[in-house]
Order: sequence, then C-alpha cells, then structure tokens
Amino acid sequence: MQTARGEAGFSLGTLIRRPETGSLIGFVAVYLFFAALGGAVFIGAPGWSSWLNIAAEVGIIALPVGLLMISGEFDMSVGSIVPASSMTAAILCGYFGFAAPVGIVAALCVGLAIGYVNGILVTRTTIPSLIVTIGMMFAVMGLTLGFAVLIKGSTSVSYVPDPLTKSLLGHFINGMFNVSIIWWIGFVAVFYFLLHISPLGNWIYALGGDRESARSAGIPTDKLTIALFMLSGFNAAFVGVAQVMTYQSAQVAGGQSFIFNSIMCVVIGGVLLTGGAGSVIGIVLGTMTFAVVNQGIFFAALDPNIGSIIIGALLLLAVLSNDKFRALAMSYSKKK
Amino acid sequence: MTAPVLELRNIDKSFGPIDVLHNITLQVKAGEVLCLLGDNGAGKSTLIKTLAGVHQPTRGDILMDGQPVQFSGPRDAAGRGIATVHQFGGTFPLMSIGRSFFVGVEPTKGWGPFKRFDRKTANRIAVEAVQNFGITRIDDGDRLVGGLSGGERQSLAIARAVHFGARVLILDEPTAALGVKQAAHVLRIVNEAKRRGLAVVFITHQVMHAMAVGDHFAVLIRGAIAADFHKGEKTREEISDLMAGGESMADLEAQLGTNATV
Ligand SMILES: Nc1ncnc2c1ncn2[C@@H]1O[C@H](COP(=O)(O)OP(=O)(O)OP(=O)(O)O)[C@@H](O)[C@H]1O
Ligand SMILES: [Mg+2]
Repeated sequence: MQTARGEAGFSLGTLIRRPETGSLIGFVAVYLFFAALGGAVFIGAPGWSSWLNIAAEVGIIALPVGLLMISGEFDMSVGSIVPASSMTAAILCGYFGFAAPVGIVAALCVGLAIGYVNGILVTRTTIPSLIVTIGMMFAVMGLTLGFAVLIKGSTSVSYVPDPLTKSLLGHFINGMFNVSIIWWIGFVAVFYFLLHISPLGNWIYALGGDRESARSAGIPTDKLTIALFMLSGFNAAFVGVAQVMTYQSAQVAGGQSFIFNSIMCVVIGGVLLTGGAGSVIGIVLGTMTFAVVNQGIFFAALDPNIGSIIIGALLLLAVLSNDKFRALAMSYSKKK
Repeated sequence: MTAPVLELRNIDKSFGPIDVLHNITLQVKAGEVLCLLGDNGAGKSTLIKTLAGVHQPTRGDILMDGQPVQFSGPRDAAGRGIATVHQFGGTFPLMSIGRSFFVGVEPTKGWGPFKRFDRKTANRIAVEAVQNFGITRIDDGDRLVGGLSGGERQSLAIARAVHFGARVLILDEPTAALGVKQAAHVLRIVNEAKRRGLAVVFITHQVMHAMAVGDHFAVLIRGAIAADFHKGEKTREEISDLMAGGESMADLEAQLGTNATV
C-alpha cells in the first residue's frame, strides 16, 4: 500500500523532497528575466544555441565534478586537464601527423591518468582533495607549457581535423548548435544511470554522507574515489579534445574558467558543498542557469559585470535555498 | 549449558603507554542484556570497540561460542554477527530510509553493468523490518533518515542490524540524547531484540535505563570491572554509588549542596 502511494509521484511532498526543486525555480526565473530583456533573438535559435553551446562544454565537466562533490571531494584540476588534453591531441595529430583517433585516445588517457594520480593522492594521504587538486592543477599547467615549448617551441599548436572527426566532435549543426550538446546529453544519460539507477549511486551518497560508515558497510571507498577522479579527468579531457576539433588549435592557457564555472553549476544545481546530497537533474539545471546568465548578458546588452554579480548572487541564493529545501525534505512526512 | 555468544577473558588494552582496560572478563549470552555502566572516561567505548574489532586487545582472549577468535577489523567482527549502533543511529541523515538500510548490500534488478538499484524492494523490506519492531509510524521508505526522531533512528539502526543477521548488538549510549518518551521507545526495541534471542551489550550513564532492560550488569571504574552482578542483586542507590566511583551519591549531593537528579 505504501509503495502505491509512493509511486503516485507528483504530490507536493515528493516535489519538495526532490533536491532539484530549488534549481528548477532558479532556472525558470533566470530564463524569464533574460527572455524579457533579450527579446526575440534570445528566445529564438540564436539564443538557445549560444547558451546551449556554453552549457554543453561546462556541463560535461560539471557532471563528474558534481558526483565528486556528492562523494565529499573537490576537483580543481579540471581547469588544467582541458588544455593538457587539447595540447596532447594537437601535438600528436597536428605536429607529428598521427591519425585523429591516436591523438584522441592519448588525450583521454592523459585525463584518466591525472584523475588516477589525484585519486591515489587523496586516498593515500590525509591532504584534502581541494589542496591535492589545486597542486595538481599547477603541476599539469607547468608540464603542459613545458612540453609545448619543448616540442613545438610555442604555446599554441594548430590542427585541422579530418572531416569525420570534425563532424563528430567539432561541428556546428545548422551552423549554430555545437555537436557537444549531443555529447552532453549522452553524458547526462550515463551519469543519471550511475547516480540514480545503478547501486553505485547509493555508494556515492554513502561515501559523501560518512566515509567511515561507508567503508565499514563494505563499500570499497578508495577504489570508488579513485574511479570518480578518473571520470572527471576523462570528461575534462573530452572537452579538451572537442575544443581542438572545434577551434582547430590548442592553447596552453585557457581552461581555468572551467574550475569555478563547473563548481558554480554544481552548487547552483543543489549539490551540497559538504557532500552527501545532490542530483544529476539538479546539476543539469544548474549548468543551464549558469549558461543562460553567461550568454543572456550579451543578448540583453547588459554590462558583463552585471553578469558576474548575478552569478554571485545566484550562488549565495543557491547555497541558502539548498539548506532550506534540505530542511523541508527532512521534516517532511506524509502523515501531517 | 550453551557457551556464551561472546566472552572476554582477562583482556588488557593499552594505547602505547596509556593503559585503558585492565583484566576485563565478561560474558554475554543469547537473549540477555548486559549493561555496561561507568563514569566518563572509564573505558566503556574502548571496551566495545575491542568487542567490535576496531581495537585489538593488548592481552587476553575473545571467544565466540566458546571458540577463541581474533577480529582483523570491524568488518570481520560484523561478518561474524557483531553489530554496533552508535549514539545517533543512522549515520547517513541525507539518505532515504530504504537507501541507507541497504548501504553496501543494495538489492538489484537486471544484470551485468545494467544492474539497477531496486528502490521498491529496498523500501518495502526496510519499512517492514522497522514496523516489525513496533515502529508503525515509519511507513514511507523514501523519507530521509535525518527527518526521523532520535528514537526512530536508533530503532531503524537496530532493526537493520537484526535484519542482517546480527547475533550481538552493541549499543553505545543509545538513550543519551533522548527525552523520556524517545528513550522508552528505544528500551522497548532493546527488549524486542532480546526476545528475538540476540545478545545485547547496552552502554549507558542512566541507571534507570539500565535497570529497565538489563539482566546482567558490569560497572567499569578506571578501566577495571568494579562490580559484576545480576538483575535484582543491587538497588538503584547501590548502583549509582558504584558508578560514582565508590563515593556514595549522598556524599556527592552533600558536597554539591544541591539535590542532584537521580
Ligand atoms: N586511541 C586512544 N589513545 C589513547 N588513549 C585513549 C584512546 N582511546 C581512549 N583513550 C583513553 O581511554 C580512556 C577511556 O576512554 P573511553 O572513551 O573508552 O571512555 P568511556 O567510558 O567511553 O567514556 P564516556 O562515558 O565519556 O564515553 C580515556 O581516558 C581516553 O582518553
Ligand atoms: Mg564513550
């Protein structure tokens, strides 16, 4: 009998209990605001493509960063993995002339390897992941610069991908929508499955709730943490590869914006900074909110500084409302 | 006569130069509640951590069903049926009842990499398990553990331990943070666990709570067993005095010049 009621679904209680409710309200409010200011262009295809392109790039990284945060860890190194991966692909394919798949696989492996080292350092030492991954970010940045200068003698390498690679990873559909959007949707499906459908999701929540208890319940906490860092390394490297294929060149600098942007998307999406709570739908909504503000500013012809102020305010609001909704969810019971 | 489920023989435990437990000998039998009493710092938590495999004893033997055992860690002890429930019960306040009940042993549907967490089954079993313990107010497995009252959380944790086949239930001050009603609630659950044939080790500061459920009492003073007696052998005043370290409660009250609550 209780399952029947539990399945009924769209009651107020279920809605309040959903961690993404706040993020949905935030997204709708922000979208309406910029739709009103940005006019027909923003509501039409040009507007949608511009913010979806931004959302896809940061969104692909925000997904694993969000899972890590739910499990109680931060990953700041994504900002240097993006350029490291695009540089790897550009040097192998553009400079040494390897076929595209070689460069792509190598670049993704660079991401996985950096994630692996992050995971090892976080699980084998007592250094907080925030510090480990900041250190890793600087180390990888330095290495990327060093290798680029050593091999190519410059900080940027260009590469013109073959048509197939270009159409898969760097194409603009209708001249507007980057194929990354489709990849992002694919990643969302995979991460949704991981966190909300497979039993692994339960492990991630337990890990973020209380690492010690999770371990004594038999969850391989260290392996899980390492795997999550590898996922975020992989996704950051994927974005790096997509960037080379899209812009046909790789820069040593650039990518740092992903660090804070991905964290902002995740937090605006309702993930608890201290771990233990959050959802994929929330992360997606947070990413869309971020992207709408980021691009809406131009369509609304507002001062870009106002965009920063809005993002900052949203972040504070999100943290506050995350707490509020959590309290509601906790106190909610069907009987009253 | 059957061997006690769990037995300690001449257990010493030191942390480096600090001796915490001295020559502890204790038994817990199936269907019996052993109350461990003692002042702050007496070594109660250290003792149960040794029972639960968190600490290895420095000297002495642990026996289960009369056979010497060595726990390599908490998971080993848990695997042999020793379950510890901590003061706040569920440690995952932000998880749902169904999810937290099955942490690490999730029921699944499907196969291979496409295994799905079976939320309905998890919720149903978890809710049934708690309701079997008489907590009928919990009827929705999707509720967050953090939204339950302290007593309900304790009950959930105890029901979980019993569901997964615990034989020894260790409760570290389960009633400490609870009001009168909630504490009574937990004490009923303890009685129910005992009725089901579990051996219960119950730690408390409150003599009243101990007397309500205990069959067997051990008082720990500075790491040694100062008294070991059965139900009905001592009065509440005598137990209180023992816990205060031999000083009589009346003396203490006189010193404080107040009428301390009993
Ligand atoms: N890991 C450790 N290393 C050194 N000393 C310890 C350690 N654990 C406990 N002790 C010491 O052992 C003594 C007993 O501590 P324990 O926590 O077992 O007491 P307790 O009876 O549970 O007290 P309380 O009622 O306050 O919970 C204390 O003096 C404590 O400082
Ligand atoms: Mg203690």
